Amino acid sequence: MNTGYINLDNWQLGFAALLIVLNLAISVWLRLGLARNLLVASVRMVVQLLLVGFILDSVFALTTPLPVIGIGVVMAALASLAAVQRTRRRFPGIYWNSLLSTLGAAFVVTGAALAGIINVQPWFAPQYAIPLLGMVLGNLLTGISLALDRFMQGVARESGVIESDLALGATRWEAARPLISEALRTGMIPTINAMMVMGVVSLPGMMTGQMLAGAAPTAAVRYQIVIMFMIAATTALGTLAVILLAYRRLFNRRHQLCATRLQTIERSGA
Amino acid sequence: MPSPENSASAIPVGDQPRATTVLLQARQLGFAVDGRTLWRGLDLTLRAGERLAVAGASGSGKTLLLRTLAGLEPVQCGELIFQDRPLTDWSMPAYRARVVYIPQRPALPEGLVETALRVPFQFRVHRQQPFPLDRAQELLAMLGRDEKFLQQHTERLSGGEGQIVAMLRALLIGPDVLLLDEPTASLDARAVGAIETLVESWLQAHPQRACVWTSHDRNQLQRISDRVLSLEAVA
Repeated sequence: MNTGYINLDNWQLGFAALLIVLNLAISVWLRLGLARNLLVASVRMVVQLLLVGFILDSVFALTTPLPVIGIGVVMAALASLAAVQRTRRRFPGIYWNSLLSTLGAAFVVTGAALAGIINVQPWFAPQYAIPLLGMVLGNLLTGISLALDRFMQGVARESGVIESDLALGATRWEAARPLISEALRTGMIPTINAMMVMGVVSLPGMMTGQMLAGAAPTAAVRYQIVIMFMIAATTALGTLAVILLAYRRLFNRRHQLCATRLQTIERSGA
Repeated sequence: MPSPENSASAIPVGDQPRATTVLLQARQLGFAVDGRTLWRGLDLTLRAGERLAVAGASGSGKTLLLRTLAGLEPVQCGELIFQDRPLTDWSMPAYRARVVYIPQRPALPEGLVETALRVPFQFRVHRQQPFPLDRAQELLAMLGRDEKFLQQHTERLSGGEGQIVAMLRALLIGPDVLLLDEPTASLDARAVGAIETLVESWLQAHPQRACVWTSHDRNQLQRISDRVLSLEAVA
């Protein structure tokens, strides 16, 4: 099965690492100030991937569903944390909202795909479940952070218009709906853009990987199609959930805007 | 300057006849921001036909009081009663369709003035009434503006013109109580007169109406109100 590809030795990785010298040279020459970050990022990338390789080796050997689900929960928790950390504002409970939406959306869609579409045996087979969940989470993370950021920014900047609407008899839903639509649209844009150019401009990583491993391109694209629909569904579900939860936090039952619950955080780093 | 008072017993200073129906009542209201008490034990009774002014230095919570009366701020302590029913029994949209608050710096949606005026008529609470275009034109005429004003873009309006749009929009939905937060702060003298006339004619048009003003202009407060509630007295 694994005969179609070349295993990479350490010396080959070493040569690949030399490519980063190009980046360093450009950074030093043009004084981009990126040299340090490039080095740190390179080292992190190498260490994280080597580690994950070891971990996945043992994960793929798992034969019971619980540990696989446990790993999935940890992955989802990390993704939900990262999604919130990319936003510029906070409200009490934002981490829980993100976790709940991420877990719910990613598990429902990945579970349905594993059991109902790909028909993996057993349904939790880690070799399928973990990579698929990882790809779904990576994209969901972007969707949630963009949508949340857009929604909170809208509430902060347009509080005047929102409260004018409320003051004239709008329900909280009527007052918030334009912002909710805008946030959901923003969250979905990367997924839609990716699907638009897929195969024409970009050859997605998973598909490339399968082809390198010897899979026929016609078979690899079929997986890519499934994963893209999974990503689209998860992003829609996850962003909708997180925005509705945020809406309930920022607009109370008495149709009042609780703008004071929203706090801007000082940006540190990217 | 009318004498400041904060009790429920009104001292009429204008030539308005003393009205009897109580529209809006606040009992023992208290408000604190970040642990600092702005006012407490505030009683207020607004009767039909009345024009109440709220006075107080900046930072005394005039805006917060109006926002509380409008139901935009949670009632921290005390209670509000509108038309003999506690605020907690009212659906907020229905209440706010009757008691309308106009902020000091109104925010209008992007687009034409007419579009902005039509916004409330899309809300469920107003959906049964059609947008009264004739009435809008009539009110605009009172303000010395013609129909072209309706086709202007809200982004290009001056602060005063924005205030006029907000005022028009509130009057068009036909409220019982207007809560006006410095409604003429950014207007020239002519427009100030026009707004005052507009509110006065709205008030006269129906006996079950009343309004609450805040203003920095003492002369204006004397001109437009029957009595004054001083927030210093309840701080």
